[in-house]
Amino acid sequence: MTRLLACLAVTIAVTAVTTAQAPPQRFGFGEPAPREVIAALDIDVRPDGTGLPPGSGMAREGGELYARQCAACHGPKGEGGQAERLVGAEPRGLAPFGPEYERWRDGRPDVPFTIGNYWPYAATLFDYIRRAMPANAPGTLTADETYGLVAWLLAQNGIIADTAVMNADTLPKVTMPAHKRFVPDDRRGGRNGEL
Amino acid sequence: MRKTQKSSRRQPRDGGLTRRVLLTRAVGAAAITLSARGALAQDPSSTTSRPGPPPSALGTRAPAEQLKRTPTATSSRTPLQDLHGTMTPADLHYERHHGGVPAVDPRTYRLLVHGMVDRPLTFTLEDLKKFPATSRICFLECSGNLGRQGGERTTAQELCGLTSQSEWTGVRLATLFNEVGAASRATWFLAEGQDAAVMTRSIPLEPVMDEAMIAYAQNGEALRPEQGYPARLLLPGWEGNASVKWLRRLELADQPFMTREETSKYTDPLADGTARQFSFIMDARSVITSPSYPHTVQQGWVEIRGIAWSGRGRIRRVDISTDAGRTWTEAALQAPVLPKAHTRFRLLWRWDGRSTEILSRAIDETGYVQPEWSALQAARGRRTRYHQNPVTGWKIGTDGRVLFGIERVSA
Repeated sequence: MTRLLACLAVTIAVTAVTTAQAPPQRFGFGEPAPREVIAALDIDVRPDGTGLPPGSGMAREGGELYARQCAACHGPKGEGGQAERLVGAEPRGLAPFGPEYERWRDGRPDVPFTIGNYWPYAATLFDYIRRAMPANAPGTLTADETYGLVAWLLAQNGIIADTAVMNADTLPKVTMPAHKRFVPDDRRGGRNGEL
Repeated sequence: MRKTQKSSRRQPRDGGLTRRVLLTRAVGAAAITLSARGALAQDPSSTTSRPGPPPSALGTRAPAEQLKRTPTATSSRTPLQDLHGTMTPADLHYERHHGGVPAVDPRTYRLLVHGMVDRPLTFTLEDLKKFPATSRICFLECSGNLGRQGGERTTAQELCGLTSQSEWTGVRLATLFNEVGAASRATWFLAEGQDAAVMTRSIPLEPVMDEAMIAYAQNGEALRPEQGYPARLLLPGWEGNASVKWLRRLELADQPFMTREETSKYTDPLADGTARQFSFIMDARSVITSPSYPHTVQQGWVEIRGIAWSGRGRIRRVDISTDAGRTWTEAALQAPVLPKAHTRFRLLWRWDGRSTEILSRAIDETGYVQPEWSALQAARGRRTRYHQNPVTGWKIGTDGRVLFGIERVSA
C-alpha cells in the first residue's frame, strides 16, 4: 500500500504542471544612475534650446575655426567637397523642391540641399556639430567653438547677421527658412494609400 | 560491398595494391570494380580515396561559395542574388554606419535610461540578459535602399542589397521602460549610439511599445560589431537607422528631439513643397533575385525567385509579370509568411526564347500595392531621396542574357 501511494505521488509530481508565475512589478535589475553619469552623457540639444551649454560665439571666430577644421572636407566657403555642401539658400525663401521651385528652376541646374534651405531648427546645428564633427575628431570642440561655427554657418547662409552673437539664449530664437515645410508622416498603407 | 569500400581506403597513395587488400577484395568484389577504384585513387579530386580534414572549431564556406558584401565608405550590401530562403547569414547582413564601427567593451558597456522616468537606471549587458528574453524574425532595411548606378549592369545586390533578415533576441523595450517607471506623459524617446557619430533618433513610444526590443543576439549568437554589439534598438518594419546600434542611452520626453537624422536627413521632400518627417515605416517591396544580372537563362523551365517584405505587416501576394507588365501571375509564397519579414516567392515559368522583361509587385496585408516608379515620382517629385520602393525587373535578351531592365527607374 505504501508503495502504491508512493508510486501515485510520483505520477502526480510528474504530470502536474503549475502555471508560470506572473512577472513582478519590477525585477530590480540595473543600478540607479548617478546625476554625474547622466550629465556626462546627456548631450542632446532640443529645438527650444534645452541642453545648450553656457558660452557664446560669433561668425568671425567661427570662420577662422571653420577654415582650419572644416574647409578641407566641406569647401572653403561651405560649398561642399568630399563632404556635403552646407551653404546656399538661393533662390531666396524657396525650398529646393516643390511646385514653386520647379517653376523657378525652368531648366536651371538643381539647387543642392543645404543648411539654408533644408534645416528646420537652428539648435540642431549645435547638437549635431558637437556630437559628430569634425568627422576625424568628433567631440573635441568646446562650447564656444561650436557656437562660433554655428554662427558662421548661419551667417554664410544669410540667416543671421555677421555680427550676431550665438548663445543659449539667442540660438533657439533663430527661425530657419525651412522651418514650416516639415510635416509628420501620417500614411497608413492600404489599397489606395498615399505614396 | 561496404567491406570493399573500407578496404580500398587502405590503399597506398601511390596506387600500388598491398597483398592484404588484394586478398580482401578477392572475397567479395568483382575484378572490374577493383580496377575502377584503382583509377579513382589516382584522381587528386577524389574525396573517397582519403579522409578529409577533421572537425574544426569554426565552420567555413565551401571554397566555391565565396559570398561578399559590396562595401563603400558608409555602407555594404547583402548579396541577395546568392541567397536562398529568407535568413541572411550574419556576416552578410548589410551595413550602414554614420561614424564607423566602434569597438565596445562588453565588460564596461552600460545602457542609461533616463528623462521622464521615476528611476533613472543604468544596465550592464548581463543585466539586459537577465530580463525575460524575446526573439523574432524580421527584416531590416535602409531607407536609402535603391541603387542603379550600374545601369543595365546593376545586380540585385546593388539594386536593393541594403536589406537583410535575421532572428533577433533581446529584452522588450516595454520591460525596460516598466523597470525605470516611464512617466505616462512620456510620448517620445531619444535613442543614442556610442559610435563616432553618437547617432541619434527620436522614436514615438506608442507605435513601437508592442514590438520594440533591445537586441543583444542575432541568428543565435551575440550581435556582430557591425550590427551594434553589444546591444542595439530593434524596431521591426521601421527604417534601419531608427534601430540605433551600439545603444548607450534612452531618454524619455514628451516631444521629439529634432536631431539631424530626422530633419535634414531621412526626411522626404514631396512634390507639394512639404517635407515628410518621421516616415519610419518601410512600405511593401519585392525584388526578383533570380534570374537577375549577370545571370544567363536557357530556353525552357526557369523558376523565378525573389523576396518581398512590408514594414506594415505580412505580404499577402506577389504578382509576377513575364511580359513587361502586360499580364500578371500570382507567385507561390514560401510558408511561414511572417509579419515584417522577408517572404520568399517563386514562380515556375517556361521561357520561349523571346526577349522580354520580368517584373515583381508586392501587395501587403493592408492592401498596399508596390507602386510603379512613375507613380512614386508623381507623388513625391523629382527630388525625393528615401523610401523608394518601385516595381523593378529584369530584361531578358534572345541570347538569354539578363540585364537590369527598368529605364523608368533612372532619374
